[in-house]
Amino acid sequence: MNRNKKGYLRAGLILTCVLFALILLGFFWTPYDPTAMSGSEKFLGPSLRHIMGTDNFGRDIFSRVLKGAGLTAVIALSTVAIGAVCGTIVGALTGYFGGKVDAVLMRFNDAMTAFPSMLLALVLISVLGSGKYNVILALGIVFTPSFARVTRSAYASLRDANYVKSARLMGAGRARILFVHLLPNTMQVLLPALTIGFNNAVLAEASMSYLGIGVTPPDASLGYMLSEAQSMIASAPWYAVGTGLMIVLLIFGVGLIGEGLQRRNGGQRYA
Amino acid sequence: MTNSDLVLSVSHVTSGYSEGGFLSKRARREILHDVTFDVHHGEILGLVGESGTGKTTLARTILGMVKPDAGTVTHYTKRPQMIFQDPYSSLNPAYTVAWILEEPLRIFGKYDAPERKRRVADMLARVELPEECLRAKPEELSGGQRQRVSIATALIQRPRFLIADEPVSALDVTIQAQILKLLKELRDEFDLSYLFISHDLNVVYQLCDRVLVMKSGAVVEQGTVDDIFDHPKNEYTKQLLAAAE
Repeated sequence: MNRNKKGYLRAGLILTCVLFALILLGFFWTPYDPTAMSGSEKFLGPSLRHIMGTDNFGRDIFSRVLKGAGLTAVIALSTVAIGAVCGTIVGALTGYFGGKVDAVLMRFNDAMTAFPSMLLALVLISVLGSGKYNVILALGIVFTPSFARVTRSAYASLRDANYVKSARLMGAGRARILFVHLLPNTMQVLLPALTIGFNNAVLAEASMSYLGIGVTPPDASLGYMLSEAQSMIASAPWYAVGTGLMIVLLIFGVGLIGEGLQRRNGGQRYA
Repeated sequence: MTNSDLVLSVSHVTSGYSEGGFLSKRARREILHDVTFDVHHGEILGLVGESGTGKTTLARTILGMVKPDAGTVTHYTKRPQMIFQDPYSSLNPAYTVAWILEEPLRIFGKYDAPERKRRVADMLARVELPEECLRAKPEELSGGQRQRVSIATALIQRPRFLIADEPVSALDVTIQAQILKLLKELRDEFDLSYLFISHDLNVVYQLCDRVLVMKSGAVVEQGTVDDIFDHPKNEYTKQLLAAAE
């Protein structure tokens, strides 16, 4: 492995660790109360007192970004967790067993993938109602097919491996073969898919909240804050810049990790 | 001959693969025609024939991975095991040798952890691998070492019957001889019987007691090694022998 291949992974891990450390810190401590208003400190530009400035209510934007990033990260991680667990189970069953169940489930999967994901999430939210838990559920369902497709192809390529045949001869049960013998061998494709899924979830949550179908006040995610920032883009542009920067850095860091993982796998992705 | 002398009985087996799938027509392609033979206790039965004659399909049918269309396969021993040709795909790449060797015992579920560890260590020593191998992943081992691990994994549940599908044909000649010697020793030590699949007649001559000659999915001749090699009756067997000289 040369240094260049490792560079992506290392840079991504460092950036992501720093951001998550900040986000974790934000759960317990922020420089200011993110909801405290101050009439005398409205529309302040970035300074040493308020490193990302203040908004129209005099709230500290950096404190709000930390809190908002926390909620966004929680939503994205939960979404990826739901999508990955459900998708892996579907992918494992269809990829390993094949046959009619595979054909039917995968056509259903194709139909869901063909549908614009934002529209699907919108439909689900209109049924479930908005709020952070429903956003997690809706996005989790929307993200399941992409994980199912990735794990299915990995399982399908591994199911005839001789070590699987050996395990069957030794009397290993199906669940044991699927999740003990095969699952670790799908990590090469599953881990990059997790990073891509996380980024898509961050963006999807941001878009939904920006459109007003995501989290609802008093919760404030990065997407919700962006829609707030839009109304004061002329008077407090630093609000949009600070919030946007956080989204960009979060996605950039995790994206680097994904790129690094894929490069590390090189050509032998399913080996 | 009584049944207690038999480990395996294959009777009039005809088998094939399905082709096509959900939306296309299913077609059956026949690979084995009316195959009948027995494996006796303690013997090494060689199965020879050129590639594509259905040797591997026969092995898979015997082990129940392929359902025969007609005929019966009767096992007189429990949990027969198989050693595969390619030592690079028969060991799970995600785990260490220690885990791989212990797994059959975990599945079997009869022993506690210290006893499993002891059995793994014993078996590793028996296939003449150093203890360091336990911590290695399969990719760190050589082809010969991997095949030794495969043999150890197959034997750790103490089966009485083993199918070896071209177990040495992917290895260097010197390593081949070592593995063949090991297989022969293990046969006596573990009271094993083998079905030994090979296209290499020299290997079969060295190792086997009896030979089964297959052509296009059918057994054309069977007999002791001396009979087959010295007095072949079938034309195809004669051709095979002539080609090997």
